[in-house]
Amino acid sequence: MLTAEIHVTLKDLVLDPQGTTLKRSLEALGFTGVAEVRMGKYIQVRFDSDDRKAVERQVDEMCQKILSNPVIEQYRFTIREGQ
Amino acid sequence: MKFAVITFPGSNCDYDCYRAIRDHLQCPVEYIWHREDSLRSCDCVILPGGFSYGDYLRTGAIARFSPIMRRVTEFAQRCGPVIGICNGFQILLESGLLPGAMLVNRGLQFICQPVHLRAENTNSPFTASLKPGQIIRIPIAHKEGNYYADDRMIRQLEDNGQVAFRYCDPQGRPTPEANPNGSINNIAGITNRRGNVLGMMPHPERAMDKLLGSDDGRIIFQSIARHLGGGAC
Repeated sequence: MLTAEIHVTLKDLVLDPQGTTLKRSLEALGFTGVAEVRMGKYIQVRFDSDDRKAVERQVDEMCQKILSNPVIEQYRFTIREGQ
Repeated sequence: MKFAVITFPGSNCDYDCYRAIRDHLQCPVEYIWHREDSLRSCDCVILPGGFSYGDYLRTGAIARFSPIMRRVTEFAQRCGPVIGICNGFQILLESGLLPGAMLVNRGLQFICQPVHLRAENTNSPFTASLKPGQIIRIPIAHKEGNYYADDRMIRQLEDNGQVAFRYCDPQGRPTPEANPNGSINNIAGITNRRGNVLGMMPHPERAMDKLLGSDDGRIIFQSIARHLGGGAC
């Protein structure tokens, strides 16, 4: 069993209204030194497979096809053993 | 001349669109469920607003893989007129039939209010009855309507005249204050290069009757009817 842990985030050039608002909230709460906040998504996909290469290929295809929108988002993922 | 209103699970403006065509335009119109595989010889496709698939993942991201979207894509490639309103616009962006993407509104809030729009391009099947620069007032209702495309794409859209509508003040000025959601260049609606696919965040189908605040939305449907009556694009 392999598990993919996928992070989808807005591209650096794209403004992030949620991140900007969170930054203001953190500052209002007294947290200092926050340079920037960016929000994203975390997606976990479990596979009934131990073929790491095949799983990697599949996850990459999933990210390109549906899990991220390449116009505004970027993705990265890691594959680990177990659930 | 027959219209198709595509219904996805979570669509909630499908009946408004249906009534806009049936009652105001007095044209034949059919609902087509998203799992169907045929557009049943319809001459114009409407992707209505709503929350298809609960807006899970991203707005429109899952609906674009519904079986009917294959047929909608083929129809659009054959130059058939397709209009996506609000969530319908988001689906068109996700499916690649229109360029760009939607971000969360600048103010993070769901906004439901009437807005003024300035007609920028009056050459498309959907805007041909409008005069260039004409101002109409119709409602928006969305949380993800902050239109984004990279600088190059924005330049292309502007240079090709693909911006159909811009948010503006009552005098027609596209000011920052008149921009409800942070869209680049106050963009409220765009067409594809050939002009046969329109996506717009504001809801013309909710502005069909003065009794409900405005009937300015009628002119968009009237444009389509006139276009379909008068040959292909």
